[in-house]
Amino acid sequence: MSGKFVATTVKNIPPSGIRKFFDLVLEMEGVISLGVGEPDFVTPWHIREACIYSLEKGFTTYTSNLGLLELREWISKSFKNDYKVDYDPKNQVLVTTGVSEAADLAFRAVINPCDEVIIPEPCYVSYKPSVSMAGGKPVPVPTFRENEFRVTCEQIQKSITRKTKALVLSYPNNPTGAIMRQKDLEEIADVVNENDLVVISDEVYGKLTYEGAHTCFSSISGMKDRSIILNGLSKSHAMTGLRIGFATGSEELIGAMTKIHQYSMLCAPITAQMGAIEAIKNGNAEMEKMVKEYDRRRRMVVNGFNNLGLDCFEPLGAFYAFPSIKSTGLTSEEFAERLLKTEKVAVVPGDVFGECGAGHLRCSYATSREQLVEALSRIGSFLDKI
Amino acid sequence: MKEILEIIESNPKIPHKDIATMTGLTEAQVASKIKEMENKGIIRKYKTVIDWEKAGEEYVYAIIELKVVLRSRTGYDAIAERIAKFPEVVSVRLISGGHDLSLTVRGKSMKDVAFFVAEKIATLEQVQGTVTHFVLRTYKQDGDILFEKEHSERLAISP
Repeated sequence: MSGKFVATTVKNIPPSGIRKFFDLVLEMEGVISLGVGEPDFVTPWHIREACIYSLEKGFTTYTSNLGLLELREWISKSFKNDYKVDYDPKNQVLVTTGVSEAADLAFRAVINPCDEVIIPEPCYVSYKPSVSMAGGKPVPVPTFRENEFRVTCEQIQKSITRKTKALVLSYPNNPTGAIMRQKDLEEIADVVNENDLVVISDEVYGKLTYEGAHTCFSSISGMKDRSIILNGLSKSHAMTGLRIGFATGSEELIGAMTKIHQYSMLCAPITAQMGAIEAIKNGNAEMEKMVKEYDRRRRMVVNGFNNLGLDCFEPLGAFYAFPSIKSTGLTSEEFAERLLKTEKVAVVPGDVFGECGAGHLRCSYATSREQLVEALSRIGSFLDKI
Repeated sequence: MKEILEIIESNPKIPHKDIATMTGLTEAQVASKIKEMENKGIIRKYKTVIDWEKAGEEYVYAIIELKVVLRSRTGYDAIAERIAKFPEVVSVRLISGGHDLSLTVRGKSMKDVAFFVAEKIATLEQVQGTVTHFVLRTYKQDGDILFEKEHSERLAISP
């Protein structure tokens, strides 16, 4: 096949680096996977029950394009409670099919052909391709362990050209676990203002912040009208497969995103929306329990890597550790592949999330303590052999 | 303190070293905090949950509801304490509703339990009536689900 039917834009998108590993792991048995980007908890029962009940009652129709009003009201309420930011549930909140859709909509809603979008890396794998597919040009900005994987306002300033339209922020960060301090965000806000940028801030790991409280970017003075906040329940309430995300922003931006959403996704599945209402309304206790457990595992894993001699930055958010393996002399990919083949532990090479992630591994600690202990001991014996 | 309790609640065998890592305390601090909580009676005891049926031992459990008439000046506590002293009695609770006390009794057979109730409990002066419910199957006990536990069916690698 010549692939003559496939559009050039799509052809030019490199395949996801995660995919290759996934295929390798599938062929093996007895693998402990630290490569998983989702909670190991099953969705809390009260949320599942709300979904079941909604099916029994026959709620299987479309909803408003924006999502059920009751859900949007709960989302709006939680933004007010958690971050003191007001969003009108009528026109400033959009419920999407996962945060991935929300990110895609946000890019398509703001990018004109050849607009540049600044993306701090390492970061979640979808931003760059989404920007390209929206006709924009991704401009990656590397972050490093020396600065705790935070992007600085100077770095952003330096990457700005007359074509720069938007800035992506994704903190707490997948894959590094880095978070931003209020002061960092305020400095960035100044640069954003001066250069008239729009900010797309993916805060899906916001609830998984282990020291201090998460700062929502739109809570920074002057930022509400020039930012789209992406959030969702996948990570906080262990409901990844139910695909509920949401975007909040000005009426203008949310309106633009809704236009695309109504012609593509139409609406998020109603069963999941019903579950989402229950999750926000009554899910805090279960969520806090899960966050506490992640925090315990986080300390265990970071300590474990450092004891093995793999320098590990202390993640303060999300559920990933991002140890450096530079001391071994192997590339991330070599390390990950050999570790998988000899010790049956799956991790994701850091450069999958951007070039500057090279020399690191993403290890998810959303896995039971017993499995983590076993994985660390296997990594230990792998290190002894190389 | 609460953090340590939450960690050991479902597994008292976690080494102090691991608890120290998880809480950010030193191993010595963890040990002394646990000792302190044991002394204070916050930690009552460490128990083993056994599936006796799997071990080849058959036990019969029954929930017994009692109606109690109080004698002058001695309250529920006195009769509850007397009942609690029988080793056959696994738990004793004061309850609201149609009955006053609820017991769980364990025996080797239904006959065993029935005789125990008839001879030892029903004959107590304050006990006016008993209702015995034999347990046919236990699905959840002490917060532990006793049928197949569910686990997340995740893909091995995801973004």
